[in-house]
Amino acid sequence: MIREMLLVLPVLVPLAAAILSVPGSLVLQRRAAMVGLTGHLVASMLLLAVAARGEVFAVQLAAWPAPFGITFVADTFSGLLLASMSLITWLVLLHSTASIPERLQRLTFFPLAMVLLAGVSGALLTGDLFNLYVWFEVLLMASFILLTLGAERPQLEGGLKYVALNLIASAFFLTGVGLLYGSTGTLNLADLSRRTSELPLSFPRIAAVLFLLLSFGIKAAVFPLFGWLPASYHTPPAAIAALFSALLTKVGVYSMIRVGTLLLPQPPEALTNALLGVAGLTMVTGVLGAVAQTEMKRLLSFHIVSQIGYLVLGFALYSVAGLTGAIYFFVHVSVAKAVLFLVAGELERQYRTTDLTELGGSYRTSPTLAAACFVGAMGLAGLPPLSGFFAKLQLVVATLEREAFFSLVAALLVSMLTLFSMCKIWAEAFWKAPTSARVAAEDWPPAMRFATVGLALLTLLLGTFAEPLMTLAQQAAEQLLDRQAYLQAVLGGP
Amino acid sequence: MQAFLAITIGCLYAGAFYLMLRRSIVKLLLGLGLLGHAANLLIFATSGLVRFAPIMTEPGAATPPRVADPVPQALILTAIVISFGVLAFSVVLIKLTAAAARTDDVDSLRTSEM
Repeated sequence: MIREMLLVLPVLVPLAAAILSVPGSLVLQRRAAMVGLTGHLVASMLLLAVAARGEVFAVQLAAWPAPFGITFVADTFSGLLLASMSLITWLVLLHSTASIPERLQRLTFFPLAMVLLAGVSGALLTGDLFNLYVWFEVLLMASFILLTLGAERPQLEGGLKYVALNLIASAFFLTGVGLLYGSTGTLNLADLSRRTSELPLSFPRIAAVLFLLLSFGIKAAVFPLFGWLPASYHTPPAAIAALFSALLTKVGVYSMIRVGTLLLPQPPEALTNALLGVAGLTMVTGVLGAVAQTEMKRLLSFHIVSQIGYLVLGFALYSVAGLTGAIYFFVHVSVAKAVLFLVAGELERQYRTTDLTELGGSYRTSPTLAAACFVGAMGLAGLPPLSGFFAKLQLVVATLEREAFFSLVAALLVSMLTLFSMCKIWAEAFWKAPTSARVAAEDWPPAMRFATVGLALLTLLLGTFAEPLMTLAQQAAEQLLDRQAYLQAVLGGP
Repeated sequence: MQAFLAITIGCLYAGAFYLMLRRSIVKLLLGLGLLGHAANLLIFATSGLVRFAPIMTEPGAATPPRVADPVPQALILTAIVISFGVLAFSVVLIKLTAAAARTDDVDSLRTSEM
């Protein structure tokens, strides 16, 4: 009973907090959000604690038996992502209470963030393909409004591209769902997995899987479908960008891994090779875009694309080692990227700009911020003993196992270029002689300081105590490739 | 009937992509609408094209040999409601964007990428 509750609470709590506080004042909305988030964090930590024991557990909503109703499932993979996203969202929203102008907060910022979190939780926990579509729409709708909050011109223009491409992705998703239902007669992921291993491979099913991968590819921003991301992610306030980078594209990759491993037990060689190529090109084009940028939030947006490439690489390798690396990378990159966006938020508050050429000398004026930025940046680049090192090491080992040497070269080269552009942020914003006077002289607000330093410490912890997380990631990867525990939890029987 | 529906769906997809590739912001919106219809109709086709046969019959009466699967129809209903909401949002977004940029040419909306 308690375990069943744990599966639905991460969706219900933020949704309830959002709906109940919408008519209230800003203070009420802020409090409701913090209460809802804390509830979400507790529920998802408990969920992870159960899932960490290696159990896969499911709940059939309204007691409709498995292939007919909607199933919610949690395994180590979804538990790990849910808990890490919950923690990051908690800290980022704490940051946003001080960093986002009150004028924008009044536009129902907090309820929208709660709806976003509910949508993400639903997408992570659902075991039904159509239900996944619904949760995607829930989180997209919230993100559309968050992205264009305030309706500045760059936001509107970036938002238009984001909305259009995501609507196309949703239509592709529906097309895939239609083809899959027409050829198998079910949309329950576990049931689909069982039936597809029995049925011979047919053209509609191949087309369906390709449509689904294409749709997740757009949502995850892989090469060559990432155009919307660097056009839009840098336009809202930094805290919203941090939230998006931790939640949105990651859900796209999550769905790709979840649906991919369930529907393609033995993927054709051509498909994994194509995915390896896509992963490599995503890494390279993303980082090359970042190297050319001098605006910090745009630079970080391009890095999101580049890091997505590493996640897809882990999936494309289709091995326990590769998925372990990808899952560790998920947690690492969400935290490290959030640190950097929050640092950008503080620089934006101090200088009213995040253009690196106009920044400088912050090492002297804000040493704590400089330290946080250094940890986040070097963590993202993958310097030991920070979290990125172990994530990349594991992925490199996995590529060696599969003898995918092009991917290996791409991964290492991109690491170098990442280090280069991280050094650029550090040198330009912190080390360089001051180029312009700071606009805001007052102190760093405590909420922003706590969130930024907290996330930086988390990067440090993930690196210095990498072992427990790596063990969990490996357990999650084994469950993903084995599938039996998942099928049994949803469908029952042997 | 099946061939007719297949051609219709194909035309809808083609029309949607043609409209979305135009430079006008309004045609982009119309294309997105059509694309949603195409996907919905595709799902509808999977329910089996059977006429006059409800899945629920009167008690005691024999079940008709072929009935249309009601699940895809429920799915489409959900999808239509969602796409209606999203499209309503897009209309407002496009109106605001066109007003802010003073143009309806998608190619000139590049302020956020400079």
